[in-house]
Parts: sequence; structure tokens; C-alpha cells
Amino acid sequence: MKKFRKIVSVAMASALVLALAGCGGNKGGSDVFKIGGIGPTTGGAAIYGINVMNGVQLAVDEINAAGGVNGFQLELNFQDDEHDAEKSINAYNTVKDWGAQMIIGCVTTNPCIAVSENTHADNMMMLTPSASAVKCTQYDNAFQVCFSDPNQGAASAQYIGENNLAQKVAVIYDSSDVYSSGIYESFSKGAENQSFEIVAAEAFTADNKTDFSVQLQKAKDAGADLVFLPIYYQESALILTQANSMGYAPKWFSCDGMDGILGVENFDTSLAEGVMLLTPFAADSKDEASQKFTNAYRAAYNDTPNQFAADGYDAVYILAEAIRQSGAKPSMSVSEIGDALKAAMPQISVDGVTGAGMTWLSTGEVNKSPMAVVIKNGEYSAM
Amino acid sequence: MSFITYLINGISLGSVYALIALGYTMVYGIAKMLNFAHGDVIMVGGFTCYTICSTIGLPPLLGVLVSVIVCTVLGIVIEKIAYKPLRRASSPLAVLITAIGVSYLLQNVALLIFGANAKSFTSVVNLQAVTLADGQIVISGETIVTIVSCVIIMVLLMLFINKTKVGQAMLAVSEDKGAAQLMGINVNGTISLTFAIGSALAAIAGVLLCSAYPSLTPYTGSMPGIKAFVAAVFGGIGSIPGAFIGGILLGVIQIFSQAYISSQMADAIVFAVLIIVLLVKPTGLLGKNIQEKV
Repeated sequence: MKKFRKIVSVAMASALVLALAGCGGNKGGSDVFKIGGIGPTTGGAAIYGINVMNGVQLAVDEINAAGGVNGFQLELNFQDDEHDAEKSINAYNTVKDWGAQMIIGCVTTNPCIAVSENTHADNMMMLTPSASAVKCTQYDNAFQVCFSDPNQGAASAQYIGENNLAQKVAVIYDSSDVYSSGIYESFSKGAENQSFEIVAAEAFTADNKTDFSVQLQKAKDAGADLVFLPIYYQESALILTQANSMGYAPKWFSCDGMDGILGVENFDTSLAEGVMLLTPFAADSKDEASQKFTNAYRAAYNDTPNQFAADGYDAVYILAEAIRQSGAKPSMSVSEIGDALKAAMPQISVDGVTGAGMTWLSTGEVNKSPMAVVIKNGEYSAM
Repeated sequence: MSFITYLINGISLGSVYALIALGYTMVYGIAKMLNFAHGDVIMVGGFTCYTICSTIGLPPLLGVLVSVIVCTVLGIVIEKIAYKPLRRASSPLAVLITAIGVSYLLQNVALLIFGANAKSFTSVVNLQAVTLADGQIVISGETIVTIVSCVIIMVLLMLFINKTKVGQAMLAVSEDKGAAQLMGINVNGTISLTFAIGSALAAIAGVLLCSAYPSLTPYTGSMPGIKAFVAAVFGGIGSIPGAFIGGILLGVIQIFSQAYISSQMADAIVFAVLIIVLLVKPTGLLGKNIQEKV
């Protein structure tokens, strides 16, 4: 019995030593910033997550090749959340166990809100490339690369009004989606001060998004000469096709969710001719930074980047700038890095592919000018 | 005038539901199981046709034919591998859960092969739209073809089940598997055949669904599949004309509630109607109330 106890205690002691050694390895002497990425790389929203992941990886590789940030290399661990709030928490715990010191994510809105509760508790720096709801940045540790929904809606209303694009406007939006209904709300508020009138506001839900004949018919009956689509491009492609088959040809105006419509395989792009959208990035833009990014992305992934890839790419450069500004070091604790970065964010200005001279409010919202793009000859071109 | 347009749109949407519901109700009626993977077989049919017509560039009719063959084989394989071993399981829940598993398997395999990007489906229907009342009413070619093929398939299915020997065998299996076997009916073969027919119907439904609503993703089949299941229950699951009527009604109610009540509330209203119908007539509109003899 005594012998047995001895063996057990030796085993326990060595286990303890090993565990401590493990801790030591994680903490001190590290010269790498560990960035956790969270986004849907499978499932229905996979196109967004994959684009962000690729954009982030591209930027991380570029920065590392150029000598890192303040001499420290960056390391990325990107986890799939399948656009599911619960799985995004699991993904967050996975990257936290791996030793992440800051988060790029989440890509989509609902998971982002869920994870922001946890990053807030850990005081971990969080920068979402593309989750645009206001609630995503409700805590002081969370920042956005993309426009917030109210910004997009208000900017759209302003653009339509100031350029006199229409007198009667119809809106078709997804009432089951935070992104879409958020833009719709701020759009209708912004429209009150503009010269045009909203004659029809029709909704659909995620369970009901194949048939848009009713919404289009109502817009047509109300005499709308412009239809505003604050929705994603998959549904927009269906709406354009169905409007065409019923002989309804209004002007179309949309936000960044429309980006990608030209990439729908086998889609008759002539249907999208003349569609206008507010988006921070267009792959075919003549802007030098955008072109450099687009070419590098094409070379690396054999695919044309969309706005999400650009958001992800910019996110890494923004974090890098904040690290440079604050002088944060990998040896600091997660909370110390969080404090340093969130103090640095309102002070920096970043020229990225999604906008020049981007600055941040301490609330987490980005300040950059939206760009209106029109689809001409099957290509996005600046207006 | 817009009332008639809404009605036509409702029938058009409903005929797609009806076509899917026919496959659901047939498998349920004979094999007594809910094949939740039915919606995903539809998606496989859509992707097969897309690959043949748009990627390879062969004529649409060949695309339809190949997708019918692929889905038929797929249906038989799924039944043999995933459902048949569980037919004697103590709980009927086991096979239901397996069906959900097959559904996810098909979705994720499609995601792996074709990716998450939506694809725009080129319609296989080459029929001019019919224009009435000075262009105020437009009936698309897809709508006409869907409704006509739905009626033809329904009539053929009823003739097949009621007039042929194999069809009678199916009826016998649906009533009592054990007794049917004693009478010399090949129960396994009959159930396989049921799945083959159900999956062939799914292929046709998939091609027509994607022609009418030309967006194809690995998840294309799941929501119409669930709606069609509701339509089948609505009309009386197991009844072939019931599936047809249930589908059409579901489509019309959905479009009318979108048009005249609220576009946000459409689903809530559709399902409220379903609940009321089931409360009044638990077997659905045309469902038969079979009494178990003691």
C-alpha cells in the first residue's frame, strides 16, 4: 500500500510539474502576436467567412514577410462558426485555449453579438471585419471595419435624395435579418428629410425567400420608380430575375450586401445592368491599393475578392497599426493588450482598400466615406 | 386585376410545393416513414441538371433525364444503406433521425463539391409566357409546365397504384407488411421501388423548382421540402390527390396573406391555417381515417 501511495504521489508531482511547464510555455518569452479569427467557413454564409479568412491570411503573410509589427510576427488561427451564435462561442473558446490575444471576428452579425459578450468579459480586443449591427460594438473593446447598419441606411437615403434618383421608392427587405431590417429602419428615418417618398415597404423572411412576386407586384402597383434592396445578393439575383419576367424595370439601389451578384455562377449579368450600390470596395476599381490587393488575392486563391475579403485584409492592417501606435507586446496579458489597443484605436488613421483615411470613434464605429458603384457592362464601376 | 395576378402566382408557387409533396406522401403512404432527406434529393436533382446543362452544355431534356436517373439510383441506395437496416428497429424514431442525418450528409457533400456560392439555374422550360388582358397578367412558361406536369404525374401515379399489379402490391405493403409477405409479395423490392419513384419525382420537382426560382445552393431543397411536407400533411399525408390540393392551397394562402394581410406575417398565417385544419380534421383534408381492427 505504501509503495502504491509513493507511486501515485510521484506521478501526481510530475503531472503538476508538466502542467506548470505548460503554463510557462504559454506565457513568457513569446515573440508572436496570436490572432484568433472567427467566421463561417462552412454552411450557408460560408462565402463571407471564406473570403474574410483568405483576406486575413493574405494580410498576415504580407506583414510577416515585411518583418512583422514592431518586430513581432503575427500568427493566425481561424475557426469556423457556421454563422451560428452558439458555435461561435465554441470557436472563441478554441482560439482562447490556443492563446489568442486579439480577435478578428465575427464575420456575421448574430455570432458577433454573442462573442462580444465573452470578449468583453475577458477584455480581449475584438475587431469585426463585416458584422455591421450597432450592437456588435456595444462594448468598448469591440470595433468595426465596415459601416454600421444605420450609417448605410442613412447614407443610401441621402445619396438617392441628393442625386434626385427617384420620386417614389419601394423597399424590399428581410425582416428576419438584423442587417437588412437595421438598414431599412435607418433608411426610412433618413428618407423623411429627403425629396422622395417611400411608397411601399415589403418584407420577406428567411423561410420565405424564393418567391418575390407579391413584393414586386406591390412595388409596381404603387408606382415606384426605384426599388431599394438592403439585402444580400442571393435574394437580389432572384428579385432581378423575377422582376424581369414580369416586365417591371425600375432603378435598383442597394448596399454592400449586393456585392457579389456578378459572381453568381451562370447569372445573366445583363439583368443587373444599371444596379447601383453603396459599397466600400470594388474589385475592378482603378484605385491602386485595391488593384494591388485584388491581384495578390487572385494569385493566392485563384478567385476574385469581394468586399468581405477586403474587410478582412484591412482588419489585420488596422490591428497592426493599433499595435504600432500603442507599443503593445506579445508578453503582455490579454487584458493589458486589450486596454492598450482600445486606447490606440481612436488615435490611428489607416489607408486601406475599403477606404482612405479610416478613423474610429471610441464607440467602435468607423468613419469613412461610402463609395457608390454602378454595374455597367457587367462590371462594377465608380459613379 | 392584381387579384388574378396574385392567384396565378399562388398557384404557380403551390404547384411546386405540390410536386414535392407527391414524393413525400408516396413514400409515407407506402413505407410509413417520413423521408426528411426528400428535399435534399431535390437539390441533388437540381445540381445534376445544372452540371449537365450549364457546365457541360448538353441539351436540357438530357439534363432532366440524367437527373431523374441519378436521383432514382440515389433514392434506392439511401433506402438500402440508411433506412432498410432500421426497418425492424424498436422505435420508429430511429429511422426518422437517420433521415435527418442523410439530409445533412447530402447538404454537406453538395457544399463540398459545389461550394456555398449560389448558382443561377438556366430554365429548362422553353415556352413563351402567356400574356392576357393587355399585358397586365403574365403567366410564365415555367408556371404552365409545372402545373401541367404536376397534374399528369398525379394522374399517372394514381393509375399506377390502383390499376397495376405492382401498384396493388404497394397498397398491400402499406396496409400490412407481414400479411403482404405471406401473400408472396416481395416487401423489400416494393419499398425500394417506392423510393425509386419518389426520388425520380424529386428530380423532376428539383428541375422545375430551380427553373421557376433560379437560385441553386446546397440548401435549396430544405425549406421547400419542409413546406411541401406541411402541404402533404395539410392535404392528408398518404393521399396523392391530397398532396396536390394541399400544395396548391398552401401556395395560394401564402401569396394571399403576403398580398392582403402582411408580407411579414405570411408564414405565421399559413401555419395558423394548418393548425386550424388539423384541429377540425386531424387526418388532413383528404386523409382517410383507418380504424385499427382489434
